[in-house]
Amino acid sequence: MARMVPGASNLRTCVFLALRELSFARGRFSLMGVVIALIAVLMVLLSGLSAGLVNDGVSGLKALPSSTSFAFDAGTKQDNAFSRSVVDEAQLAAWRDQPEVAEASPMGVSIVNAVTDAGDQVDLTLFGVEPGSFLAPEGSALDDPGGIVVSGTAANLDLGTVVTLDRIDTELEVVGFTDAQATFGHVDIAYLPLATWQLIAAGEAPGGSPTTEQVAAVDVDEFSVIGLKGVPGSALAAGDAEALAAGDAVAETTTMSLEESFNASPGYQAETLTLSMIQWFLYAIGALVVGAFFTVWTIQRSHELAVLRAMGASARYLLRDGLTQAAILLIVFTAVGVGVGVGLGALMPEGMPFALEAPAIAVASALTIVLGVLGAAVAVLRITRIEPISALGGAR
Amino acid sequence: MTTTSTPKTTHDDDAVGTGLQLRDITLDVGDGAAKVRAMDSVNLEVAAGELLAVVGPSGAGKSSLLAVAGALAAPTSGDVRVLGEDLAALRKRGHGALATFRCQHLGFVFQSGNLIPALTAADQLRLAYRLAHRRGARSFDPLPLLDAVGMSHRASHRPGELSGGERQRVGIARALVNDPGLLLVDEPTAALDRKRSHEIVELLAARCHERGIAAVMVTHDHDVLTHCDRVVEMVDGHLSAASR
Repeated sequence: MARMVPGASNLRTCVFLALRELSFARGRFSLMGVVIALIAVLMVLLSGLSAGLVNDGVSGLKALPSSTSFAFDAGTKQDNAFSRSVVDEAQLAAWRDQPEVAEASPMGVSIVNAVTDAGDQVDLTLFGVEPGSFLAPEGSALDDPGGIVVSGTAANLDLGTVVTLDRIDTELEVVGFTDAQATFGHVDIAYLPLATWQLIAAGEAPGGSPTTEQVAAVDVDEFSVIGLKGVPGSALAAGDAEALAAGDAVAETTTMSLEESFNASPGYQAETLTLSMIQWFLYAIGALVVGAFFTVWTIQRSHELAVLRAMGASARYLLRDGLTQAAILLIVFTAVGVGVGVGLGALMPEGMPFALEAPAIAVASALTIVLGVLGAAVAVLRITRIEPISALGGAR
Repeated sequence: MTTTSTPKTTHDDDAVGTGLQLRDITLDVGDGAAKVRAMDSVNLEVAAGELLAVVGPSGAGKSSLLAVAGALAAPTSGDVRVLGEDLAALRKRGHGALATFRCQHLGFVFQSGNLIPALTAADQLRLAYRLAHRRGARSFDPLPLLDAVGMSHRASHRPGELSGGERQRVGIARALVNDPGLLLVDEPTAALDRKRSHEIVELLAARCHERGIAAVMVTHDHDVLTHCDRVVEMVDGHLSAASR
């Protein structure tokens, strides 16, 4: 007699039934799978958009070592604190005296409009930093008082391009680019020497390119924030609130760790909150849809489940069977959706803030699957209420 | 009735006992005003290798009898012994013990087969085997049993592709997978024509006799009683010997 029976009897028992039912009801399951895959696509796109916006908002800060903190003038409103805060040399000196501070460096922040010599209008975030300090971009010299180092992703700017700041007609020349994207508040960063920044901020900049003499003559001891680098391993380097507060008390500042300071950049909090809210809604919808599907599916096969119970299948066996189906469905179609989402991500138009980051996608996929299985678990729990006795008598 | 009338069988590994014994069974269904006495002082013994038919009008308690004998329902009072095992004692050990006992020692044949729609005939048998055995599922071969019910040529067909009679044959094979000592059969011919009905009950009787299985078959179909060893009638929860 030929063993012509198809089917893999080498699979484990709990998968035995689950797989056969998946393939038997493949129409229904693929319909559900498509919904899961679409949710996963949306999730990947949202995650990419979210990461892209974060990069657009604070990539200039993110590139700094994680032990960095920023000291703002005490009492500065947190939103837009980078460009609103004003601190002076005395506060800087106070921070430099703190034992756990390895380096304290002043930084000036302002957002300006400018026109390139080709006539293109550009927005720039001026980051005035002390050349050679840890806040300055790596590799590029900032010796020229009229030179700027701009984000590697900046459009319309080439080496040697001269930008003229609106209203004050100060001319700055692009002398270098950062390695990676460097943006702040969705605007490309232009790094320039702190002295030049102070000249511009004080309103003393003459038209044309700033000269060394003009810069040397500037008598301004104010800037926006103080960048702090903690001694490695210290509480301050770890962003410990108490360590920061001790320095704040002396220097009359409000200090935030690097992560916290993201919130002090324009629009950051509103954007990330909105996007993460949409993502959580998506997870909830996914879990509910999967739950609803498995509720109907379980009711549909309740007679079959009663027969299995009468035959001696334990409720646990049937629960595992249902959950296995849910897990297989979710894992397979989330993977499909992530694949499609990543593919679509590659097609995103230039200029759209979009960045696919593997850890974020992995976490989002895991959440989709885990919450989906939870939704299914609530649904298949009704299996325990199925009475095997209902297998007897007229049915079907 | 005793179990000494052993038919030609190889199924005598049950040193503890054989067949089914019901002593003074009472079963109340429902609560309060809706309470119905589905079984009233029912006494019954079925020997190994005996096919007993239970007839009677609808709602007389025939299905209740199957449920109690099949460990699906606990009687309100009375003793149930299946293969010498006291079901009340088993039930005290928890539902897991009952479920294990059901899949290892009992076989159910349901109305119109009640097969799992997703499984081929061979897989129906494989699943039944897997439910009762932790190991050795790979080495289990469903084909000899399918052959015994004349269904080996349909081994890879799903219930949707089988006729009513074929489904019932597969259902019988599935009930026999784990060498049960007691077979409980619920209206096996309800969906079949006369010719098929005779074939199915004949098949059931033959398998029970040759394997020494005690069987209780509930039926409405008086045509098929000729194949049964004994017939009892259930009316209003009472059991009495039936006149054929």
